Amino acid sequence: MSNDVFVITEHMEGKFSDVSFEMVGKAKELASALGGQTVAVVLGGGVDAGVFASDAALQVEDPALVQFNPEACGKVVEALVREKSPRLVLFGWTATGMDLAAWLSARLGQPCVAYVKGISVDGGGLTVSSQVYGGKMIAEVAPQGGMAVLAVLAGSFPVEAGQGSTAASKVASPVPLDGLKIKFVEAVKPAAGDVDITAQAKLVSIGRGIGGKENVELAEELAEALGGTVSASRPVVDAGWLPRTRQVGKSGLKVKPKLYLMLGISGAPEHLEGMKSAELIIAINTDKKAPIFNVAHYGATADLFEVVEAMLELL
Amino acid sequence: MNIVVAIKHIPSIADELPVNGSNIDFDSVDFVLNEFDEQSIEQAVLVKEASGGTVTVVGVDLIGELDNVLHLALAKGADNAVKITADEPGADSHQQAGWLAEAIRGMSPDIVFTGVQASNDLDGQIGPMLAAYLDLPYIGGVSSVEVNGGTATVNKEFAGGVGAKYAVSLPVVVGVQAASKPPRYAPISKVRQIAQTAAIGKVAPSGDGAGAGLALKKMAPPVATGHAEMLTGSSKDVAAKIVELLKSKGLA
Repeated sequence: MSNDVFVITEHMEGKFSDVSFEMVGKAKELASALGGQTVAVVLGGGVDAGVFASDAALQVEDPALVQFNPEACGKVVEALVREKSPRLVLFGWTATGMDLAAWLSARLGQPCVAYVKGISVDGGGLTVSSQVYGGKMIAEVAPQGGMAVLAVLAGSFPVEAGQGSTAASKVASPVPLDGLKIKFVEAVKPAAGDVDITAQAKLVSIGRGIGGKENVELAEELAEALGGTVSASRPVVDAGWLPRTRQVGKSGLKVKPKLYLMLGISGAPEHLEGMKSAELIIAINTDKKAPIFNVAHYGATADLFEVVEAMLELL
Repeated sequence: MNIVVAIKHIPSIADELPVNGSNIDFDSVDFVLNEFDEQSIEQAVLVKEASGGTVTVVGVDLIGELDNVLHLALAKGADNAVKITADEPGADSHQQAGWLAEAIRGMSPDIVFTGVQASNDLDGQIGPMLAAYLDLPYIGGVSSVEVNGGTATVNKEFAGGVGAKYAVSLPVVVGVQAASKPPRYAPISKVRQIAQTAAIGKVAPSGDGAGAGLALKKMAPPVATGHAEMLTGSSKDVAAKIVELLKSKGLA
């Protein structure tokens, strides 16, 4: 067992995601406290892997790793981790990292913490904070045992601390990657034709609190009166009340409008990822403990329908 | 085709979450079906309707109230329901995945659906763990599934509408982000009728299951680094204040 900290980075179309740098920056601090090294693990080629501030960078190249493949990535990471026995393995709590972290934990019989917001080392012991229950609670846990797998929420640590120029050593896959059960077929591009919510200056964004498809019209009226567009949190889109092109958040789009007026959105971490840089955030919610009130600039605990109708009269 | 859906009964986040010691006070909260499991049940039923087979929904009965959820799943088109009688409100994902794997192994599934995540997945999601315990591949973040013979074609979402299509040889564990159609509505009369007649299979868990290996030190609401300036008064007052604010910033 070493005291190294492995960061499983992620990239798409030749570019690393911010969370990769965020994790490397944090990993440096942790490795220094633990007395180990920081290793940035890059799965697949087609990207310049010499961009991290880690002690080492390891780029695994194989035809099966050209596009993201959870089975291929899982096999490679498991083999690397078994061979090198790092103290910590960091993944992003992202569309790719979420396929791998809990799986690796179960394969290795080592603990996993998801929704990670903070990590600290104190006298060799590890304390991890996790933002659970839709952002309503922070759990502080101490992973037991010699290794821990952590899945980190994007935006938890600064990007800059992870940026650097450590040259990557390129290696072949430590395990054969033929006979995979999962095969990449093709990339899927976003559906065109709808308004681009990332280009809108004003968004009226609706959440589960809107209650039903029949109420979307009210939000549309308000958006129109303000000269903006309606966007939504994931549950609204999953319920089929608005198309996926309107979804803000981790699995949707990242927006930075001048106005983000939120109706009935509680503010789960996945949603915050997509809108927290908006210039003016106003949230209306019936739950006074909704996490969104820790992020919004202005808030009101009120019935959104009454407020919207009254606003329409004034506009 | 043998379609299995593994579900999670979780504390509702719609209400207050009281704390007892260093964890949620499970006696004082309502338990609900994980919202992503509603999607995964729907996706399973859609696959059955398109390609034939049976859908078995299985979950760990943490507080003795899983029947309601299973009746709803049956009303939505599942064929069989099984509960694992654990009576362990605080069971973590690792424990639940271990028990679910035990129960599912004997069902010889062709495809296992789970919700992609749950809000109480402190130690990770049950889907990838189930895959690891059953020695099956896992793919999550999935928003559509079609099965043809021994192959499933799935769409996985990355972000912002960007995704990828994968072909997967069955059996596989799939983590559903969203079903290819919005979950159907089950009339309450149908759920009631099923509640009177349905036979729910019972499985006792063997032992405590291997836990997550996490020592929980504290559970508390986040310490706010900032808080919204709250606009108070009646709904009309709030509306007037918002409009005034927007006008002052040139936004209305």
